[in-house]
Amino acid sequence: MTHSLPPLHQSKFLVHVFLLGLANSFATQSWSQNLPDLALKDMEGNTVQTLDLIQQDGPTVFCFWATWCSPCKRELNNYAEFYEEWVDETGVKIVAVSVDDQRSVNRVAPYVNSVGWDYDILLDPNREFSRAMNVNNVPHTFVVDRDGKVVWSHNNYADGDEYELQEELLKLSE
Amino acid sequence: MMHINRSIKVVFFMSMAFLLAQQARAQFQGDSEAPTVSGNVGILWQSYNEDSLIGAVVPPAKSGYNAFANVNYSQGNFSAGIRYESYLNAIIGFPGRFNGSGLGYRFARYKDAEKGIDITIGNFYDQFGNGLVLRSYELRDLGIDNALDGFRLVLKPTSGIQLKLIYGKQRLDFQDGLINGPGIIRAADAEFDVNALVDKWQDKATKVKLSGSFVSKFQEGSPFSVDSLLLAMPENVAAWSGRLKAIRKKWTLDVEYAGKVNDPNADNGFTFRKGEAFMATLAYSQKGFGALVSAKMVDNMSFRSDRDLQLFDVPINFIPAITQQHTYNLAGTLYPYATVIAGETSASADLFYTIPKGSTLGGKYGTKLAVGFAAANSLDTTPYPEDEQASAVLGFERQSWGPGDELYVRDFNISASRKLNKKWKAKYTYFHFDFNTLTTPVTTDYKGIVNADIHVLETQVRVRPKQSLRTEFQGLWVGKDETNPNLLQDKGHWATVLAEYTWSPHWSVSVLDQYNYGNNIVAKRLHHVFGTVAYIDGPHRLSLGYGKRREGIFCIGGVCRATPASNGFEINFSSRF
Repeated sequence: MTHSLPPLHQSKFLVHVFLLGLANSFATQSWSQNLPDLALKDMEGNTVQTLDLIQQDGPTVFCFWATWCSPCKRELNNYAEFYEEWVDETGVKIVAVSVDDQRSVNRVAPYVNSVGWDYDILLDPNREFSRAMNVNNVPHTFVVDRDGKVVWSHNNYADGDEYELQEELLKLSE
Repeated sequence: MMHINRSIKVVFFMSMAFLLAQQARAQFQGDSEAPTVSGNVGILWQSYNEDSLIGAVVPPAKSGYNAFANVNYSQGNFSAGIRYESYLNAIIGFPGRFNGSGLGYRFARYKDAEKGIDITIGNFYDQFGNGLVLRSYELRDLGIDNALDGFRLVLKPTSGIQLKLIYGKQRLDFQDGLINGPGIIRAADAEFDVNALVDKWQDKATKVKLSGSFVSKFQEGSPFSVDSLLLAMPENVAAWSGRLKAIRKKWTLDVEYAGKVNDPNADNGFTFRKGEAFMATLAYSQKGFGALVSAKMVDNMSFRSDRDLQLFDVPINFIPAITQQHTYNLAGTLYPYATVIAGETSASADLFYTIPKGSTLGGKYGTKLAVGFAAANSLDTTPYPEDEQASAVLGFERQSWGPGDELYVRDFNISASRKLNKKWKAKYTYFHFDFNTLTTPVTTDYKGIVNADIHVLETQVRVRPKQSLRTEFQGLWVGKDETNPNLLQDKGHWATVLAEYTWSPHWSVSVLDQYNYGNNIVAKRLHHVFGTVAYIDGPHRLSLGYGKRREGIFCIGGVCRATPASNGFEINFSSRF
């Protein structure tokens, strides 16, 4: 195969676009990400707008996970033990966003119901939502405030991380 | 290359226009929707040492470096982004032809949910239904990316209808920038929510969605001869699919049928048979219990932007494997199954059950059970007599949708996991595989059916509230070689031990040893030890690894790629902002 290289000045051009964008952002003081407004399906096949999930009376947590990801399942199973308590104390809602693709997406509902999670579940089989949230790999957890702003995020899960999350949730509910 | 540069220009000018307009508006009006910049970064560096025992070789550059950064700008309904990528040189196991640095992805998008309009120019990913006729996606850790590059329009003219129109080429390669494959893809998809559209159905307990897709590919081609026949190469190849999703209370049914016109290509030996695929899944679930059964039949559905390419290059569609993606080291990396692209008939069943807490069997905290079974065979076909023209032109004839004689895979697995007390958790899993290494060539050491039994015991102890130690003890035992009962199949028996100590929220240390203690060749009974230290701070993760990685299959989600053996250091950084 022979291919010519893209002329360098065009890449530079694009870099300028983004410098302009960055300058624009600084000017309006906004570095932390807002939740993107995307249409995803829930387990019943209904379309859900991501922005409609943001709560006004408490923080919203988005956990990206997959049925083939053991640390993800450990994380959400561990949160499940505290969930009732967290809801009482902080008014939190957890949304578990499955990135299972077509190979395993049909296993999501049977798995979720069998372990009895009380979370809202979204399906992101082609990773549109996780791409918009700049998720490199799962598990990845986000805390979103009432204005839809990402105020905390964490990559990976280790047992005990729930304490850090709990602190963040308590801070937000003060 | 011209079209790429042109579309970069288009993206640039559109972005520029929007940015200036938004800037002006923000200044004059005091904008309520502030612009944001977000993105992520990933860097992977590996060094390589010679290790003739495990077959690790040192590439000329002695090290590999893959990096990317996404930078996305968004304001209100407008967003735009780029991904800058570097392969200097690509780490081993990646497509070696990926080379240099430059833009691998760029897009601009305008989306207004209220008006039901969503326009993208530049690169994008999309999927129609199960993906049987169209799916563009990326698995960056595997170097898989067939992003579309062109134009996409999504319309929601009224509640219950969604229309998609796509025009574009597909990413094939990376050489100081994105390189697309030769084919042009034109595609349309329509989804109808029957309950929203038909008055009588509005309050029914049964929810029904109907959808249909059409995809056409154009690629130049010239006539070619088979035996004494001169055959015209179909330059336009159409594929279509129809889908039904029905939900009633605890039941879900999902059905898709897809077809494709004649499409001589490298995967089907340049024959002219039509392609067909059928997938159906029935699931039931309630609190504490879930079950599903699936059937999938695929016949000659390889569909690519370039008819001469194979494997991971420019697939237009996606045909998921029937088996589960296993995550334990020995179960996931030695015999992972992928759909046999020429065709297969397959089925699977899964059960999930939680034995309630407080019961005799369930224990204080409950016990989670999972059982899975999957099977795939060849198609039920008969070849045409060799002397008939049909043999050269069509290859074979399919008799039914039922299974043919050749076994491709059997995969049975069962697991039980339980929290024993406040400190301890344990999980036991058993797997049995019958795996045809001729039709899914995951090994060069054995040609035939490998029968493998795998036992895994995983335990976890919370040493302190924020510290825990997790261990995995895994063993894989194979059957006897049919041609020589003194030998074991393939590489013989394996054992793996993993120990991982985590100190939340920042530190993690792990050691993995894969030991091929049962190899037929004594000199190959080797340990492959790999250690990792990772520091995590919120969305940032830095890890340092050192050791030996055996040659094998590396899988993420449902996709696997063969990686060669290596020995050396690894630094991995991942972050988002």
